[in-house]
Amino acid sequence: MTINNLAILHVILPLLAAPILLLVNRERVAFWITMAVSVAVLIFVSLLLIEVRANGPIYYFLGGWNPPLGIEYRIDLLSAFMLLIVATVATVTLPYAAVNQTTELESDAYVKFYVVWLISFGALLGLASSGDIFNIFVFLEISALSSYILIAMGRDKRALLASFQYLVVGTIGATFFLIGIGLLYAQTGTLNLLDLSNRVEELKDSPTAITAFCFLAAGILLKLAAFPLHGWIPNAYAYAPSSVSALFAGTATKIALYLLIRIIHTVFGIEFALGILPFDELIILLGLCGVFAGSIKAIFEDNLKRMFAYSSVAQVGYLMIGVGLLSASGLTATLVHVFNHALMKSAVFLALGAVIYRTGLVSIKDIAGLGTRMPLTMATIVIAGFSLIGLPATSGFISKWYLVTSVLEQDRWILAALILAGSLLAAIYVFRIIEAAWFNPPRHEVREAPLPLLVPLCLLAFANIYFGFDTRFSVGVSTAISQLVFLEPL
Amino acid sequence: MTVSLISLLLVIPLITMALVLLLGKWANIRDGASLAGGLAMAAVGALLYAEFGHSPPNRIVLGSPIPGLELAFGLDALGMLFVLVASTLWPITTLYAIGYMRGHNEPRHTSFFAWFAFSITCTMAIALSANLLTLFVFYELLTLSTYPLVTHGRNDAAKQGGRIYLKVLLGSSVIFLLPAVIWTYTLAGTLEFVEGGILTDQASPAVLGVLLALFVFGVGKAAIMPIHKWLPAAMVAPTPVSALLHAVAVVKAGVFTILKVAVFIFGLDTLTETPAATWLCYLAAATILVASVIALREDNLKRRLAYSTISQLNYITLGALLASSTAITGSAMHIAMHAFAKITLFFCAGAILVIAHKSKVSELDGLGQSMPITMGAFFIASLGIIGVPPTGGTWSKWLLLTGTFEAHQWVLMATLMLSSLLSIAYLLVIPVRAFLLTDGPGPDIYQPEPLSPMIISIVLTAAGTILLFVFPDFIYNLTSNIET
Repeated sequence: MTINNLAILHVILPLLAAPILLLVNRERVAFWITMAVSVAVLIFVSLLLIEVRANGPIYYFLGGWNPPLGIEYRIDLLSAFMLLIVATVATVTLPYAAVNQTTELESDAYVKFYVVWLISFGALLGLASSGDIFNIFVFLEISALSSYILIAMGRDKRALLASFQYLVVGTIGATFFLIGIGLLYAQTGTLNLLDLSNRVEELKDSPTAITAFCFLAAGILLKLAAFPLHGWIPNAYAYAPSSVSALFAGTATKIALYLLIRIIHTVFGIEFALGILPFDELIILLGLCGVFAGSIKAIFEDNLKRMFAYSSVAQVGYLMIGVGLLSASGLTATLVHVFNHALMKSAVFLALGAVIYRTGLVSIKDIAGLGTRMPLTMATIVIAGFSLIGLPATSGFISKWYLVTSVLEQDRWILAALILAGSLLAAIYVFRIIEAAWFNPPRHEVREAPLPLLVPLCLLAFANIYFGFDTRFSVGVSTAISQLVFLEPL
Repeated sequence: MTVSLISLLLVIPLITMALVLLLGKWANIRDGASLAGGLAMAAVGALLYAEFGHSPPNRIVLGSPIPGLELAFGLDALGMLFVLVASTLWPITTLYAIGYMRGHNEPRHTSFFAWFAFSITCTMAIALSANLLTLFVFYELLTLSTYPLVTHGRNDAAKQGGRIYLKVLLGSSVIFLLPAVIWTYTLAGTLEFVEGGILTDQASPAVLGVLLALFVFGVGKAAIMPIHKWLPAAMVAPTPVSALLHAVAVVKAGVFTILKVAVFIFGLDTLTETPAATWLCYLAAATILVASVIALREDNLKRRLAYSTISQLNYITLGALLASSTAITGSAMHIAMHAFAKITLFFCAGAILVIAHKSKVSELDGLGQSMPITMGAFFIASLGIIGVPPTGGTWSKWLLLTGTFEAHQWVLMATLMLSSLLSIAYLLVIPVRAFLLTDGPGPDIYQPEPLSPMIISIVLTAAGTILLFVFPDFIYNLTSNIET
């Protein structure tokens, strides 16, 4: 019984802690409570992963109502893997939030920041845990609403506009998702994911089910910032406080990807997705467009936060290509990259946060000469950047290896060549940063970032290298997941 | 015993790098540490050679990033040769670099020597790679770790040179080499270096031809045309970098990779049955000639040497692709012979720059009177490049010529001979004019060359070039049984 309770504890804990923070209303206390919650969640989630890996999925029936009537929480290996990524990124970025508050937030927003942060955190965890599609929608909205607030908390006036832009787009996405759910519910009378998957099989030729699938997919692609639905992401990442950019870059798009995998593999099944539409080809094509459009935009972008937001569009493209291959090795490549990309992007955005902390600015001109002034911070950007390119001895190389191998497995030569060409585009913007930081005299007389910022930075930089050599965890779990998905549909 | 020596080869440069960074404030102690690291390395290299062949081959596994594929190190004859060359020349170059960096008032010595040591780690890792994955990983790392050295000047020229350097080297390896490695893995299911190759009967000769082309163009460090532009671009680096890295470590890592792929991935028998190998031979031959002609017209001394390097590297590629036992031996020997000769030439170019402040060939007339040692060494090393006694280059060129003869490739044979003639025209004339012409600026303008670390290094490597002529047998013994 205790083990089964774990399936929901990590969702409840942050959501319960959030209102307590409001009552306490002290900044330091709020930080330490948030930190304690994050660490506790990280421990729970690790236990979950170990348990699920050993003994299979864990269930929890909300309020004791059995599915399909009640809401079911179901943690399988895929969920546990996602939960671990979310919890790790959130825990690592939190010390940043504390240090950066004075530079990036208004003084009356300190405690509120943690409150909304916790709600957002809880919602992301809930998304990956719930086995009920309407419950998933609710968490999707909670996480979206809380992210609008977090983005709007940025000090720059344009943060408000960015938040509003995201709100409009996010609401459209959520509406699509909800319409999809409604259509499915009308057809099947159920909201439980597993129950849905059993009943959808009978609806193979139903236009309603096809429409539902399209609505769900469109809603998710919007959240995923897939090309051409990525317009909201550059501003949202650029004007949000850096810790928020880091959290979202590492988690939010990953969770959207998780939903895409769930919808394709758990609910509808490959035959459905394949049978009615060339959905796989569409995803690959969009992914490829994203890789090129995102990378090229990133090359010409001067604001570094926007640059890496565009780079995220490109990286999401790689993730989509892996999903679109509809093979076990393709899914493995995607999942490995989900893990590795979370490491890269949170490292980059935290490092940019450190630059902002010292200089207050983050355009390519402002990092001139910082290579010698803030060597560790800039080294982290370089290491994470090399990982983004996919150079050997970084985790990105492993992602690229798996992706190219799985593409070559299907004899898609041109696609493989394009993927590799895309990674060279990443090299251009990474080396733009290197040239700016080491080839120019410094513009700002600054010191290296303070220790609480450096420790998570160095940890993430090390992780980017470590997981390029020891892949027992990242590749091991990813392979296990895709084998489960493809051998015995969930 | 061998295992610990192998790991020492990888660890010593890393320790040196750490020491250099830690001791950065005390210039003399820091440079002493660099030198000590280099000497330790040479000693370990020599010990390893003494052990080589006596104890069974061992293997160090660093990890297994991709299931079924390991990052692993081992030692074979070709690797031993590369280790010997690089570990002998590293301390000499360090000595030279100490003199050069101080004499030429270069900035940032600490970061220079640190990256230098790290590049040597990558070079050693390449030499000791037990499979193609390991080789590829450190091949790329070598590109990245030499980038800060190439751009050491941190000015616009350095930036431009660095861009070309990365564009060509990273581009070729990501677009051609990485797919070739992955493709090999999907065909053969392994990337281990195995006697006789792993691709035998795995695909049709046409497919293998495409794969071979991907390898030859992908290994940009071997500088076959049109993938050669990075090497002249890299000449913006301080001269010690051009000397050790762009005449020895980096470029030799390229041809070393080609040799490894030819012998242990394709296997000589499979390579002979691949028609594309012959075409690529002709491309290498064309590169040899074209690069020689460009070298003739190049007035900047370092760039002339760079084009000469391009030409000489393609001797090695050509020998590897001929895929006969004689040619492979010649190729492998040329790694060592060319290394000593070319590093001497670069040392001389650097000494001329620091002492006489000249960088153009046309300015060197009559310089022999004030810099007799430097110009004498230049003369000997030029003979080494041409391949005539009393220099080591004689033996490798002899074997390569025999290889083309055995293969009845008369055109290639003619190319090699013509290229030797060309190298007389673009190299040997320089010391000859320096000694014989006296109508240039007289010796009174220049300070005479002091007995500095630079001059000592020049004498050492020039002597090495001659010694390799007298005692080539230890290298021959290593290279004549590469395949087993």
